[in-house]
Amino acid sequence: MTPLTFRLARLLDARGWAAFAAIAVAAAMVVPLLNTALPAGHPLRLPDYMVPLLGKYVCYAILALALDLCWGYAGILSLGHGAFFALGGYCMGMYLMRQIGTRGVYGHPVLPDFMVFLNWKELPAYWYGFDMFWYALLMVVLVPGALAFVFGFLAFRSRVTGVYLSIITQALTFAMMLGFFRNNFGFGGNNGLTDFKELLGFDVQARSTRIGLYVASVLALALAFLACRFVVTSKLGRVMLALRDAESRVRFLGYSVTSAKLFAFTLSAMLAGVAGALYVPQVGIINPSEFSPANSIEVAIWVAVGGRGTLVGAVLGAFLVNFAKTWLTGAAPEVWLFFLGALFIGVTLFLPRGLAGLAGQWRAGLGAAFRRRPGAVEARDA
Amino acid sequence: MNPLKRFVLSGLIWLLPATGLAQDLAALLAGLADADPKPAIEALLKSDDAKSKAALTALAEGRLFKRLADGAVVSAEKDGPMYVVTNAASGEIEDMAKEEELEPIGLDDDAKALLAHLGTAPADRKEAPLDFAGAVNALNAESFSEKAKAIERLTQLGDGRAVPVLQALADGRLFTRRGDGALVIGDRAGNDLRLTAATTLERGDVVKPGAIEPVVINNNLRNVVREAVGRLGLVSPDAAARRNAADALIGAATPEAVTLLREAAAKEKDRAARAAMMLAIAASDLNGADKALRLAALDVLSASTDLRVRSLLQARLAAETDPEIKVALDKAFAGVQRKLMVIGVAENLFQGVSLGSVLLLAAIGLAITFGVMGVINMAHGEMIMLGAYTTFVVQELFRAWMPPSWFDYYLLYAIPAGFAAAGLAGIALERSVIRFLYGRPLETLLATWGISLVLQQLVRTLFGAPNKEVANPAWMTGGFELTGGFLVVYNRLYIVVFCFIVLAAIAVILRHTTFGLNMRAVTQNRDMASAMGIRAGRVDMLTFGLGSGVAGMAGVALSQIGNVSPNLGQIYIVDSFMVVVFGGVGNLFGTLIGAMTLGVANKLLEPFAGAVLGKIAVLVAIILFIQKRPRGLFALKGRAVEA
Repeated sequence: MTPLTFRLARLLDARGWAAFAAIAVAAAMVVPLLNTALPAGHPLRLPDYMVPLLGKYVCYAILALALDLCWGYAGILSLGHGAFFALGGYCMGMYLMRQIGTRGVYGHPVLPDFMVFLNWKELPAYWYGFDMFWYALLMVVLVPGALAFVFGFLAFRSRVTGVYLSIITQALTFAMMLGFFRNNFGFGGNNGLTDFKELLGFDVQARSTRIGLYVASVLALALAFLACRFVVTSKLGRVMLALRDAESRVRFLGYSVTSAKLFAFTLSAMLAGVAGALYVPQVGIINPSEFSPANSIEVAIWVAVGGRGTLVGAVLGAFLVNFAKTWLTGAAPEVWLFFLGALFIGVTLFLPRGLAGLAGQWRAGLGAAFRRRPGAVEARDA
Repeated sequence: MNPLKRFVLSGLIWLLPATGLAQDLAALLAGLADADPKPAIEALLKSDDAKSKAALTALAEGRLFKRLADGAVVSAEKDGPMYVVTNAASGEIEDMAKEEELEPIGLDDDAKALLAHLGTAPADRKEAPLDFAGAVNALNAESFSEKAKAIERLTQLGDGRAVPVLQALADGRLFTRRGDGALVIGDRAGNDLRLTAATTLERGDVVKPGAIEPVVINNNLRNVVREAVGRLGLVSPDAAARRNAADALIGAATPEAVTLLREAAAKEKDRAARAAMMLAIAASDLNGADKALRLAALDVLSASTDLRVRSLLQARLAAETDPEIKVALDKAFAGVQRKLMVIGVAENLFQGVSLGSVLLLAAIGLAITFGVMGVINMAHGEMIMLGAYTTFVVQELFRAWMPPSWFDYYLLYAIPAGFAAAGLAGIALERSVIRFLYGRPLETLLATWGISLVLQQLVRTLFGAPNKEVANPAWMTGGFELTGGFLVVYNRLYIVVFCFIVLAAIAVILRHTTFGLNMRAVTQNRDMASAMGIRAGRVDMLTFGLGSGVAGMAGVALSQIGNVSPNLGQIYIVDSFMVVVFGGVGNLFGTLIGAMTLGVANKLLEPFAGAVLGKIAVLVAIILFIQKRPRGLFALKGRAVEA
């Protein structure tokens, strides 16, 4: 068995490490510098609103990474990853709600405003402990992880695969959305959790806190990327790839397909939970619409645009699509859905390997051009 | 004094008090609450103003109050536990008040004597000619008490034409037309209202809701109307009308009405009408003094399944002192309660079957595209939506181009139109996108999701985001009562029937046509079918078109039970997939069972768990069910499974 340090060093090749370090440092340093060091009015100065916006993109990138791990490598297309993301977000939101203390509208020392409003007398048991940051952090990982574990165990054990799995994951997030919309679930119903005041004693509205959260998100993305690399370069990663391409064969070779899938799915859900937890303090609200099936399916298109099974592609896709979304919903709101729809169709038809695969596809295309008619796309390659 | 000056002066003398009164009506009204209201009453008596008259009438009838909050004089009428407060100066309804917030304005003998003059003034209004039109027009009186009188007079005319007018008044469908103030009955026709003149019952034109103003009534008046309709209807030559009339009198009959009922029941031949009359008489006898009569009444009542009877029994049970009657009451109440429960379950079952048939319609198309072809079509919901919008377009075309008498049949044209529109859209979809993605289900899923987004946005751009309302044709509105309180609504019933016709048609196409044979051949073994000379690509295209077309017909049906909106399909897509997955892929019978099970389970759970929790419970149950039988209830066996 290779020593761990050796394994870690081999996560990326030399060029890869150089690029990774350069991008991570640049992302973590340049944005805060552009925002704080430059004088107001300087053309390169980053406006204050951009910091949480970029932070939001980074959180989406972590979510896309999580989905790529289970879709691109283990072949599980989960259309319910938004549920894990939102659960992580709700755990963080519950901590932030408990931090409000007496500063709420009703000034109740323990109960959040919406509970006072609903005339509740005491805190429900599942809200206990969320006044402690470490407990909230633990829950951010454990709650989505536990749900994914139970759901995945039931699904993979009985060999629910492919589109069936996609549809029931969608039903899962749909059911959660219906539930969280209800007031008596105790998560603020329709309005969700909002009006946060401070995080670990720092004002969530303050510029310094936002920069801190942004840097934390970038670090989390970097760590998540390395963790995913670690998994996909391991022997388990090989099994995952194999079962993606020929599940029955892997099973007959004696590997436990269920455990491998369950591992990928659960880890992926935990990562999604972390992404959600970082997302909530930056956008300042979490509500049940995060559970909507449409949100989850949008994550799949980020990964598909970037190129699944590449990890880098997922991150790239999340940034590109969300940047386009911010820009288009501002510039021409009615065009955005046309664009998103066209993206879904175009990417699946013409870019099956996404942007990350484009270079390879192009090179292969050039090579093939000498042998075959140029531009012939193989339509029926399964 | 020259004549000119005299003329000007006399004019001024006439004008001054009039203008002064008009401006100071509020001040005069305030004077009514003074210790000595006489000057104010005298001043009001002098005025010719209708509002002053109304205020004095209210004063004489004891309907004038001083509001304790601000000391203003208001007229108020009791409506249930609260008073409806009207600003006496402007005649507009202001708000509701509790009894303790108002102080009645009392009258001493002097003031009463003054008001006795008043008797002459409103009297000429009371002696309106006793013709039908005049009596109807009197319904639009200022105060509730005058309206009640108008209703009474209209009833005394004994004219059968009064029934629809009074019914409209009770249902809030009686309006005054802005402009000429004529009384009209308005019936919904899409977003507009079709008017019928209340005095002649002649059909009028269709207007926007803004052109008319409702005639306001309160709950007390509603009871008066109900009673009046009942009394009028008892002498109607139509048995159904007599039955409805007796039905309206259950628990609401006045002593005169009971006398009428007894007379009518004695000579009634129609069984249903007679039963309703007996029930109404029994309901009134229950509160009487004669013990034998009361026990007999209980016998009759215990056979009923009317909610009103139940509350009547319940109220009596709380107040009853006679032990013998109490025992009988207990028994009768329990019997009614049990019957009502059975009906409740039956109602839930019917609603469940109705929901199930909607789901089935939405899922049949999916059973073809997903079940038979294996294509995950996330845009399936949008095919439903296209069908619904086609219905809307057909409706608008009929409104614009066809004679109004044809309008009721537009739906029959909308069905093939919806099938064609969605079917063609499906064929276009299959040829342009899906055929490149066969064998790659996950990609198909994403691409069709994209198509669904584009279609939704397209419809939103073309038709606008707000909901469109599609009118029910006359033959689909209303319903019939199966037994006490169990109402079967026509549009739901027709959808159940329609869905079974569609299912049968699809089964016939699959089993007994060449196209169906080709389709089954291609799905079972594509290469072999091609080798036998079947054009597989063309079969794919037509199959997909058929599935989409059926979805379009589902949209036509859905437009009849709800509004049409761009995200109509999204509401049903998850449920439809659940139906197909639950019922088993590639099996129409499974789809039928799946849809009905889901529909009935949803509706049966609703009363206990609420709509949302019920739905969640069903979703979770399906997720767990799929663990046990990953391929659904009726799974295909053999080689086709792994294809």
